[in-house]
Amino acid sequence: MKKQVIVDQETLASMHRHALSDFPNECVGFFFGEANGESKRIKEYTPLENSKEGDQRRRFEVHPKDYMAAEKYAVESDQKFLGVYHSHPEHPAEPSVHDLAQAVPFFSYIIASVSETKVQNTRSWQLNDQNEFEEEDIINE
Amino acid sequence: MAEIIIPTPLRKFAQDQASIKVEGSDVQSAIEDLVKQFPDLEKQIFDADGKIKRFIRIYKGEEDIESLDNEKTAVEAETIISIIPAIAGGRG
Repeated sequence: MKKQVIVDQETLASMHRHALSDFPNECVGFFFGEANGESKRIKEYTPLENSKEGDQRRRFEVHPKDYMAAEKYAVESDQKFLGVYHSHPEHPAEPSVHDLAQAVPFFSYIIASVSETKVQNTRSWQLNDQNEFEEEDIINE
Repeated sequence: MAEIIIPTPLRKFAQDQASIKVEGSDVQSAIEDLVKQFPDLEKQIFDADGKIKRFIRIYKGEEDIESLDNEKTAVEAETIISIIPAIAGGRG
């Protein structure tokens, strides 16, 4: 079975609004919910500040304290910390070499390709056991 | 014993546990004890030279060990150590 990420329309629309509002910079956020075998269901998302120093049009970074807070929140809210979304302004929704270099197992990486006025498309990726990205289906409910 | 918080992406290498009790007088020995308990974590945390990977940050409580004494940072019985994967990237 292909891996999948299930997300409701309002949550996905909120991630898209975040991507558009941060354009031309890359946006970033986390999401939480349930994981069951090859399937993840997103129940909540958290927009974050892109803490990258320098050109945020091509790079994003999350401050370690924001990461620690997310792990704590997942425990407190009895959810699973499922992954990261970010935008690629004027660029395809495919992981770059920079995305791959810093990717970690288990997390889903949702990438939105965004222009100034619209989100072109959104795709999700996860590392396989060979440390390569594999695309997973986004099921929009 | 000190406690190490395992980040969600690495929990599958630690029998799905969120935190592990470890022995050690500094961060280096505490993480070595963790890897001794869960050998599959070694490749996730250390590079080929046995150093903590560039894309992993270690915090003692609320402080980055880089602002303390790096791997030699002292660990006490109540210390909580967090392993934090870098969350970064971009279109290139």
